[in-house]
Amino acid sequence: MDFFGIFTSSISFIIAPTTIAYALATLGLALHFGFGGLLNMGMAGFMALGAYGYAIGILTFGLPWYLAAFVGIAASIVFALILGIPTLRLRGDYLAIVTIAAAEIVRLMLLSSAFGGLTGSADGLSGFNGPGGTVTNPTVGAGGFNDSNPIPPGDYGFMPFLDNERTWYLRIVGFIILGLAIFIVWRLVNSPWGRVIKGIREDEDAVRSLGKNVFAYKMQALIIGGVLGALGGLMLAFSTNVNSSVYVTSLTFFLWTALLLGGAATVFGPLAGSIIFWVLQAFLGLLFPALADAGLMPFTTIQAAQIKYIIVGFALVLLVVFRPQGLFGNKKELTFVK
Amino acid sequence: MATKNEIPVVETKDLFAGYLPGVNILNGTNLYANKGELIGIIGPNGAGKSTLLKAIFGLVKVREGSITLNGDDITGLKANQLVARGVGFVPQSNNVFPSLTIEENLQMGLYQNPGAYSDRLEFVTSIFAELGKRLKQRAGSLSGGERQMVAMSRALMMDPAVLLLDEPSAGLSPVRQDEAFIRVSEINKAGVTTIMVEQNARRCLQICDRGYVLDQGKDAYTGTGRDLLNDPKVIGLYLGTLGA
Amino acid sequence: MSSNVPSSSPVKSTDLHVGAIKPGVAKKDPVLVADGVRRQFGGLVAVDVEHVEIPRNAITALIGPNGAGKTTFFNLLTGFDQPNEGSWSFNGKSLAKVSAFKVARMGLIRTFQLTKALGLLTVMDNMKLGSTEQKGENLSASLFPFLWKKKEIEIEAKALEILTRLKLDAKRDDFAASLSGGQRKLLEMARALMTNPELVMLDEPMAGVNPALTQSLLDHILNLKKEGMTVLFVEHDMQMVRHIADWVIVMAEGKVVAEGAPDEVMKNPAVIDAYLGSHQDIDLGAVTGRITLPKNSKEK
Repeated sequence: MDFFGIFTSSISFIIAPTTIAYALATLGLALHFGFGGLLNMGMAGFMALGAYGYAIGILTFGLPWYLAAFVGIAASIVFALILGIPTLRLRGDYLAIVTIAAAEIVRLMLLSSAFGGLTGSADGLSGFNGPGGTVTNPTVGAGGFNDSNPIPPGDYGFMPFLDNERTWYLRIVGFIILGLAIFIVWRLVNSPWGRVIKGIREDEDAVRSLGKNVFAYKMQALIIGGVLGALGGLMLAFSTNVNSSVYVTSLTFFLWTALLLGGAATVFGPLAGSIIFWVLQAFLGLLFPALADAGLMPFTTIQAAQIKYIIVGFALVLLVVFRPQGLFGNKKELTFVK
Repeated sequence: MATKNEIPVVETKDLFAGYLPGVNILNGTNLYANKGELIGIIGPNGAGKSTLLKAIFGLVKVREGSITLNGDDITGLKANQLVARGVGFVPQSNNVFPSLTIEENLQMGLYQNPGAYSDRLEFVTSIFAELGKRLKQRAGSLSGGERQMVAMSRALMMDPAVLLLDEPSAGLSPVRQDEAFIRVSEINKAGVTTIMVEQNARRCLQICDRGYVLDQGKDAYTGTGRDLLNDPKVIGLYLGTLGA
Repeated sequence: MSSNVPSSSPVKSTDLHVGAIKPGVAKKDPVLVADGVRRQFGGLVAVDVEHVEIPRNAITALIGPNGAGKTTFFNLLTGFDQPNEGSWSFNGKSLAKVSAFKVARMGLIRTFQLTKALGLLTVMDNMKLGSTEQKGENLSASLFPFLWKKKEIEIEAKALEILTRLKLDAKRDDFAASLSGGQRKLLEMARALMTNPELVMLDEPMAGVNPALTQSLLDHILNLKKEGMTVLFVEHDMQMVRHIADWVIVMAEGKVVAEGAPDEVMKNPAVIDAYLGSHQDIDLGAVTGRITLPKNSKEK
């Protein structure tokens, strides 16, 4: 059993691009639920729109990567409007139901062969990151993400953080986006706007009676959080390709786990939760198959790899029951009982 | 002024209790009720009046001090155990089963001793005659004041050693408030030891035998109802002079 | 400010009405006029007000038994509920179909019977929410503290002043959930005052509030009148009504059944029967036979 290999692989997830993607989407969820009390059960849908919007922007519209990113963001804004306008005037539970369904609708539309020309249906889309004009990516011009990489080719860093220039560029861009996002969210929630949102979270009528347009505030929170989700999807798209099989409901629940782990109504909780979540995921996902291989568990390697999902589900239940405020949350502020 | 019996029906000694960890609402409360007395507990908001009542009924954790019922230590016992020992509690709201009839509500009060039903019903209807005429009415169709009456009757059905009332006049219009206070007085006159927490201090003190003024979790003043009503310090701090 | 000594008897506004006193009588200077407002829930008619006018810059009490429709009427007037029929206007502007937050912006602020102190926010944050002048509440402005920091300090000072008057200043940084029921009522009223309203509608503001603190609150309400505001409040405490109300409106079964100056209304036999009770000014100790009163005393 290669403990060292398992260990280093897991640790590398601390600054992996996927972790950053999760952190962004989870931050959006923190804004939705932690601060705004909006039960968004369809964050995977926002991520999917961000990712696919970006890929389609490059492949179908031939946009350079930074403009294509806005296509993804625009798609998530439209999505938020479609979701919000009918449901935000109703009781919160309706948003939950509608978002689960909506995210699945998005995924199925992306999967469907009806739009295959645009979305690549079951195969998804690939080859849009560049570098352009190469044998592997003949169709993409020089506007791909990897084309903008200023770092010269080569491997940098030290174990377990040893990667090529592409991954490092991805990380750096990711951290910049994440840093900006955290800063903006932090500013928002500590401002009078944030105060109104927190009031709405608890009692809309009270806030209405003070002259605030509750519907507008909820919509703003939904849109901003949705854009953060799209940025998360964007990060995933930057790393490789896009495929609808990634944006399933389980993804939404993984985000919720990361959110609750770190602390739902905190600004740094999402990042902490995402890191812990991914490191643990990677660790368990490598440990159990290795144990099975070495004959220490009565499962096949493939079965053992699934155990981590059971553990995630179990952990989520324990979290909600025993420590709903997560790592950094304030127990007095966040309760699930309304 | 009445002095403490050898064995009062209820007595709390240096009671400390609270809801959130580390925060005490009661900071050493001393109270006693002799058999047949009507005790009133008044005081400002946050003083711990309801908390004291709930502590006696086992709904709030007692951190220090003791509570005795007819001499037996009942500190830390749970509410269902206290009901079995004869402690009757009438909460301020949500105090009847709305989907059940008045009769069924009364029967619920006796579930530990159903055989005594007809005797107890006679006792209760001797105080509240109208109840006897409306036994089949659904409790959910009653007004707030009427529900209060049913809730009190339900507690009386079990022939309680002591009756605990949490703000019986809360939310009622003036005429119904007066009715509620008169009712409590009637119940007590029929021999039931009663402890009531009230926000309407004036009316409460007008009918009770002895009163306690709670402030910041301690009993600040105590005396007969009349003494407290006329005490200038109590008037200044708690009663207000609007009634004058 | 001492809460124990009653302020000298408030100067009552008189001569508010036009013509003979009857339910729905017109007022010389009405701030709110309602016509034919009707609200039905299934078969139950909760509100059926033919005509009522609220006098400007006066303190009006709305009394009546539970279930008379007072809170429903409040909800209808302030946009929290829609009537089946009816029209009503505030300073001449129609409020029908105006959403609740817009009504509040126009200067009509209401509090709730079941307190809505925002428990997960601190007392100070609750108060700051009340202010209508904080541009930082707009999304774009919120990102740039230099745009709203100064206003925030002003708002905080104003909030602290009100909190101190209501003896809640020590609790300013506590979560509102840790306040007792009566303190939350005070907080809700304090928060409403932050909005600089023109008409304040208080739904049972004294319920659960200690009698001694009530006086300080009453003084505060009287202050509102001095500063030019109008007050409409629902209450069950007749002492309070008699002390500060300039005008009393009585509702029963959804209709306005009586109006007038407090003393007049409280002598109205129908009102006594349905609402006040005949022991209004009599010591219940005497009524229940626990004490005997000396012959000529009128002890309360």
